[in-house]
Amino acid sequence: MLTLCKGEFSVERDDDRCIRCLVCVRQCPFDVHKYDEEEDRIYSDESKCVGCQRCATLCPTDAITIRYEPMEMKENANWKTYHLTNIYKQAETGGVLLTGMGNDKPYPIYWDHILLNASQVTNPSIDPLREPMELRTYLGRKPDLLDIEDGDELILKTEISPQLKLELPVMFSAMSYGAISLNAVKSLARAAAIAGTYYNTGEGGLHKDLYKYGKNTIVQCASGRFGISPDYLNAGSAIEIKIGQGAKPGIGGHLPGEKVLEEISETRMIAEGTDALSPAPHHDIYSIEDLRQLIFALKETTAYEKPVGVKIAAVHNSAAISSGMVRAGADFIVLDGLRGGTGAAPLVTRDNVGIPIELALASVDQRLREEGIRNKTSLIVAGGIRSSSDVIKAIALGADAVYIGTAALVALGCHLCQKCYTGKCAWGIATQDPYLTKRLNPEIGTRRLVNLLKAWSNEMKELIGGMGINAIESLRGNRLQLRGVGLTDTEYRILGILPAGE
Amino acid sequence: MRRIYVKEDVCIGCRLCEIYCIVQHSKSKNIIKAFRDEPRPLPGVIVEEKGPISFALQCRHCDDAPCVESCITGAMQRMEDGRIICDIDRCVGCWTCIMVCPYGAIRMDQNRKVASKCDLCIGEDIPVCVKNCPNEALMYEE
Amino acid sequence: MQKIAYKKDISGCAVSGILNTNGKKINGGYIIRSIANMHDRSNGLGGGFAAYGIYPSYKEYYAFHLMFDDLNARERCEEFLDKNFLIEKDEDIPTRKINTTADPPILRRYFLEPREEKLNKISEDDFVIREVMKINSDIEGSYVLSSGKNMGAFKAVGFPEDVGNFYRLEEYKAETWIAHGRFPTNTPGWWGGAHPFALLDYSIVHNGEISSYGINKRYLEMFGYRCTLLTDTEVVAYLFDLLVRRHKLPMKIACKALAPPFWDEIDRMPEKEKKVMKTIRTVYGSSLVNGPFSIILGFKDGMLALNDRIKLRPLIAATKKDFLMVSSEEAGIREICKEPDKIWSPKAGEPVIGLIGKGVVEEG
Repeated sequence: MLTLCKGEFSVERDDDRCIRCLVCVRQCPFDVHKYDEEEDRIYSDESKCVGCQRCATLCPTDAITIRYEPMEMKENANWKTYHLTNIYKQAETGGVLLTGMGNDKPYPIYWDHILLNASQVTNPSIDPLREPMELRTYLGRKPDLLDIEDGDELILKTEISPQLKLELPVMFSAMSYGAISLNAVKSLARAAAIAGTYYNTGEGGLHKDLYKYGKNTIVQCASGRFGISPDYLNAGSAIEIKIGQGAKPGIGGHLPGEKVLEEISETRMIAEGTDALSPAPHHDIYSIEDLRQLIFALKETTAYEKPVGVKIAAVHNSAAISSGMVRAGADFIVLDGLRGGTGAAPLVTRDNVGIPIELALASVDQRLREEGIRNKTSLIVAGGIRSSSDVIKAIALGADAVYIGTAALVALGCHLCQKCYTGKCAWGIATQDPYLTKRLNPEIGTRRLVNLLKAWSNEMKELIGGMGINAIESLRGNRLQLRGVGLTDTEYRILGILPAGE
Repeated sequence: MRRIYVKEDVCIGCRLCEIYCIVQHSKSKNIIKAFRDEPRPLPGVIVEEKGPISFALQCRHCDDAPCVESCITGAMQRMEDGRIICDIDRCVGCWTCIMVCPYGAIRMDQNRKVASKCDLCIGEDIPVCVKNCPNEALMYEE
Repeated sequence: MQKIAYKKDISGCAVSGILNTNGKKINGGYIIRSIANMHDRSNGLGGGFAAYGIYPSYKEYYAFHLMFDDLNARERCEEFLDKNFLIEKDEDIPTRKINTTADPPILRRYFLEPREEKLNKISEDDFVIREVMKINSDIEGSYVLSSGKNMGAFKAVGFPEDVGNFYRLEEYKAETWIAHGRFPTNTPGWWGGAHPFALLDYSIVHNGEISSYGINKRYLEMFGYRCTLLTDTEVVAYLFDLLVRRHKLPMKIACKALAPPFWDEIDRMPEKEKKVMKTIRTVYGSSLVNGPFSIILGFKDGMLALNDRIKLRPLIAATKKDFLMVSSEEAGIREICKEPDKIWSPKAGEPVIGLIGKGVVEEG
């Protein structure tokens, strides 16, 4: 069948600069570039180009420019190129359209409508280069009050639940070994260990080489239960039950059998070459009381020594669900917003299901406070955190910490070409092809992630110091440090912030 | 003595080491000129590849170097700092060195009829192949 | 005056406090002189005092100092009080007419006992707090200036010395006095917004601006407090009430929740102390009062003074025999005590605590 979908990119090669070194030919996993020896010339098949920029980045003479030049359809206000090409693809294949990474549609991004405060005259701003500035955060259930006996020495009579210590309120989101390469997971694990934070195994189990990073690991328990054993559960510092994911609320996961190679098979505890299918729900959790049973089963397995949290996709009634999760015993809850990423999701789900994380966060934090149970849990948000200022805004809205997934992958070299689901990631991140996974040197990956966290940490210190605050807990839920621009009254009410000028 | 070591698990087979080696040993040291306008020297580094496995191979600058011992003209010689170079004015192209090299790290320069190999980039702190490896698969260490 | 939406109380200020640790009483003249000597730290938009031990004949009753905008408010509030309390005695708060305090509101005091049938299983103190919150937020034009036993707060728009004169404070004798002169930059001069801010036995004067107000307020709201007085100082009073009275934390521990040591200090502490401090910071993070402050807290057993954790506002302490004096400036102390036995600058985040019958137990 003639395909009506043309490539989206043009490949421009400056022939004055091209030295026929063939780096582009060797680097492109999509076989865009081909060398013709007879003519001593490189031909590029633009229809295959995904815009990952690998060739342009590695070209030693800067001879290649990749431009986004989709076919110019006759669009109208209703029918966009997006709709037309999707229909062409479906008419040609009859399949559910797949995509990778997070929702890229122009839904409101509330971070970009929120501005931060700074101190002037009446309250000194604090210079983080000269004064201590604290980002350390403890995640876990806190009691309402402490029982401390005064005497010659203070006696603490309250034992508090296990806590996770974060040197900065940023962790790496759940990304499974399988969805991403072992080198990518190693980079995340080592960076978390160096920076004093945590990475999350996702539902891919824990590769034997990664047990040594257990202190900085949150192990996930998802609906497929891949790789779960008492050893696995006890290997990390916390356990996260994954109910849903921001990129694809309401559906499970699918790791195709061709990616289930020997080591993944061993790690996930499934036969080599079989599809790893995660059901949409946990089939032992059809209601909140079932969740409570799983939470306590996991706590029993780990002798109540580790916080057990629950992750959900941000959906319409997140606030009520969160309240239930806290009462069911979740020591931390994770909200994953509309813009959260994924290795593979049906396009229609990714682009249309869920709610923006900012609104979910604001309403959950407020609801838990109204019910007087906010201290019983820690609130972690994920899905679309792009910068240190997004982190600061999230914390001021009420989050204890954030998870970054896409941002971490971008630090590792991801160019957001959204082709993770093909398994051909040119940057060696979302692939298991041994020829490609080598491209991510975990030593470099670690360094890049540590640098990112260091840069964000310094920026966050500048921002809170400017507000006259020297400890992150004084920002947490402090919505008076936020002002909105260009929002509706309803949005101001839900976010619990004032418009700029008020 | 510092030598070049390879981490084959992160060598991505891009061959940028070869390209930068050629540039470094060209007349102009300009990448475009070196490839298009001038007689192109052979790279002193060769990327060996099979399937997903690849690694860059250069002269190991052996302590007990068979090439130096077997050279019939004394062209293959050890410098004071330990590196081994081939003096092309004295090389007669007998290829004995190529036969005795256990690593296959010496190549025939058919244009000039002399042996060609890695000289660890005389005049550079770090050999250019190491400096330009995009994935830090080459190390220059004691 | 009509209630306006919350605006943070941005102000510089003077604070001063005197305590006799043997419970000897002194008249209000001294504290007026001390605070008046720091005249330039106020701008005439608010001054106030709190005194402890001033109503010995009614020490079993909650002494409510109330302020009404008009007779209508007074009527509605008195109706409310009558419904919930037995009123042992009520009277005008004595004042003298002076030129500088324009338009005084109606100022009354009531000595009250909660009606037993209204308590409904909660403690008297919790009941009183709830009723105070109700009056402040629900009865328009009525404001409770103080509600503790055997103590009272006196405050007004004006310079503190004029306020002291207006309330005839030289006629009162108290074992603890605290005082405040206010320099607000954005809130309107409003009698209710002056310091001290008082709740039950706690009264507080505060020089500072609370950057963490937004979260301190939301934290307190979880425990039923309502912040209605257009000033961020009230959160400090509520925090002490929550931590010390309700959670029964030792006072110095409550101070560690408000102004905790830095993590790197905690990391270096001996194991036991480290665990206590780490737990306090972990559990009470939302009660950390961030931003510059010096505060003086009066309570029935004594007085406490505290700086923020990096000492961004001034605070000086001194002792002379059994007197403990604290003040924004040394001049505020020297004015009433030429030669103190000891005078020092308390460390950031370390409380100075004087207790009646026990002396100065923490020196800061």
